[in-house]
Amino acid sequence: MTSAVDTPADAARPAAPSGLVAVARAPGWVRYALLAVGLLVAFWLPNGLYPAVAVDILCWALFAVSVDLLLGFTGLMSFGHAAFWGTSAYVTGLVAIHAGLPFPAAVLAGALAAALLALPIGYLAVKRAGIYFAMVTLAFAQMVYYVANEWRSVTQGENGLQGVPRSFFGADLSDDYYFYYAILPIVLLGLLAAWRIVHSPFGRVLVGIRDNPARARALGYPVHRYKLTAFVLSGFLAGLGGGLFAVGHRFVSLDVLHWTTSGKAVIVVVLGGIGTLWGGVLGAALVVRLEDLLSFSGFEAIGLVTGGIFVLVVLLFRRGIWGSVAALALRWRRRS
Amino acid sequence: MSGFLQNTFNGLVGGAFYALLALGLAVIFGMLRVVNFAHGALYMLGAFGAYVLLAEAGVPFWAALVIMPLALGLLGMVLERAVIHRLTRLDPLYNFLLTFGLTLILQDLVKSRYGIQSSPYATPTELSGSVDFGLFDFPTYRVFILGFTVLLCVGVWWVLGRTRVGMVVRAATERPELTRAFGIDVGKWVTPVFGFGIALAGLAGVLAAPMRAVNPLMGADLIIVVFAVVVIGGLGSIFGSVAAGFGIGLIQAWGEAYLSDFPIVSQTVVFVVMAAVLLWRPAGLFGREEAPA
Repeated sequence: MTSAVDTPADAARPAAPSGLVAVARAPGWVRYALLAVGLLVAFWLPNGLYPAVAVDILCWALFAVSVDLLLGFTGLMSFGHAAFWGTSAYVTGLVAIHAGLPFPAAVLAGALAAALLALPIGYLAVKRAGIYFAMVTLAFAQMVYYVANEWRSVTQGENGLQGVPRSFFGADLSDDYYFYYAILPIVLLGLLAAWRIVHSPFGRVLVGIRDNPARARALGYPVHRYKLTAFVLSGFLAGLGGGLFAVGHRFVSLDVLHWTTSGKAVIVVVLGGIGTLWGGVLGAALVVRLEDLLSFSGFEAIGLVTGGIFVLVVLLFRRGIWGSVAALALRWRRRS
Repeated sequence: MSGFLQNTFNGLVGGAFYALLALGLAVIFGMLRVVNFAHGALYMLGAFGAYVLLAEAGVPFWAALVIMPLALGLLGMVLERAVIHRLTRLDPLYNFLLTFGLTLILQDLVKSRYGIQSSPYATPTELSGSVDFGLFDFPTYRVFILGFTVLLCVGVWWVLGRTRVGMVVRAATERPELTRAFGIDVGKWVTPVFGFGIALAGLAGVLAAPMRAVNPLMGADLIIVVFAVVVIGGLGSIFGSVAAGFGIGLIQAWGEAYLSDFPIVSQTVVFVVMAAVLLWRPAGLFGREEAPA
């Protein structure tokens, strides 16, 4: 079996000095202040936005962070993450409808299903790197989409899964405002897990693989196995977001598996800043809010706007929001 | 027997579309290291353009078959100069994202003007009816598509193999740095080659108009299958991409005919083949192993 098919030139590299570096070098009080601000905003959010939009932002934040774990910290651009987000949404919906479990258990089942699916897809996909990895993951995600579309007895096809319950030990979570606070701990746990992964010795190896796969291999690290592990963890996190999304909407449609969903997740990360982890959260908030504004104003051609954002971000703003701010802060600190 | 030949023939016709699109993708990738996500959207524009020309200006199929590839080739060259060019020095992922964004824009532009319902496009009268091959007869239009595509592929093969332009393109595809080191100005061929690849997509679109439903989303799902096709064939190999296109068309048609109880098979077989190829020959059936990193 061949190990390396693609030259390192094909491997994904972040366009900017990693925002992570800038933050890691920031003094402790800055980091704690950022964390405090982030938590405050998270606790305040449904008071300033429609709670339903705030719920979507939380779900997409997890999704974006899961994509960035691969794109920013392993150098793999998955263009098929809708497969994990969507599979978990369906499994969560089915478990919640048929087993009547409290919603966190259903979401956990969904996320585990997503991780299980990520195992074979990841095993095959990590045989290629760079742009091929993107094409292969996109193709497998499309396969999952076709299967869900055909398997109508389970997924209800184009009608979608209706009436996903929000059961939680008899508590009334039908109001999105309270539901937001019910899922916030789960989302924060997921984000904490991503942060732990990135800052663990395992995460350092991933970054090493991203920057120089040949050297990582020469040092004796089983590169494929590391990539696969990262892929499965990422699939789990994406699944966590997708499951919560299903419960949040009380409805699962085929859209959750569509290739546009995969693409949107990637652009959310690029907009926020590749390799910055929290940039994805910002990107998710911005894109979800913008789409809500557009659909609220009755604007039909949302693809025109999201596509336009894609083009502009890729052409002019490759560092993303977090990456730009971090680079500025780094420069400012060097000067002073 | 005649049933089998019928299915085989249909498979080759279906494969012809994959081959045309994969050929364009491979030529563009070879020259620019760009995987053009918008290829499917441009194929859709080819079909839609033919439809609009006929419905609103009465321009017949044969004229559209010339006009649309030229127009889209020109559009491709403009796109290459205006935006894609700016990102070719960066990681190929950025152009993949850029062309993905372009796909969303092109689709929504057409969608907001014409809606998402499919529009009928009549088969040109010269090509209606069917051809009798003794054991079986085939719709004339499909025979035409197959013959035309094969001729086109042979033509491209001849240009690549026998002309100076072709030599430069092949050399730049296989060993870009070395070609530059020989003092060959690869840069001046980049824009025309991109335009040519897009023209092929437009041509495939016009050919598809009388056969397939013309709607704004017709290219999007197709292009993902074509991505799988080029992974199977090996994107670096022009011959491999075309061969894999026809091969996948055949397998799909046979799957549709003999496993008709499982419609999911013909939709997903291409991805299963891709998985098998990744296990067996990760570089693709005709792809060259690049030096290990």
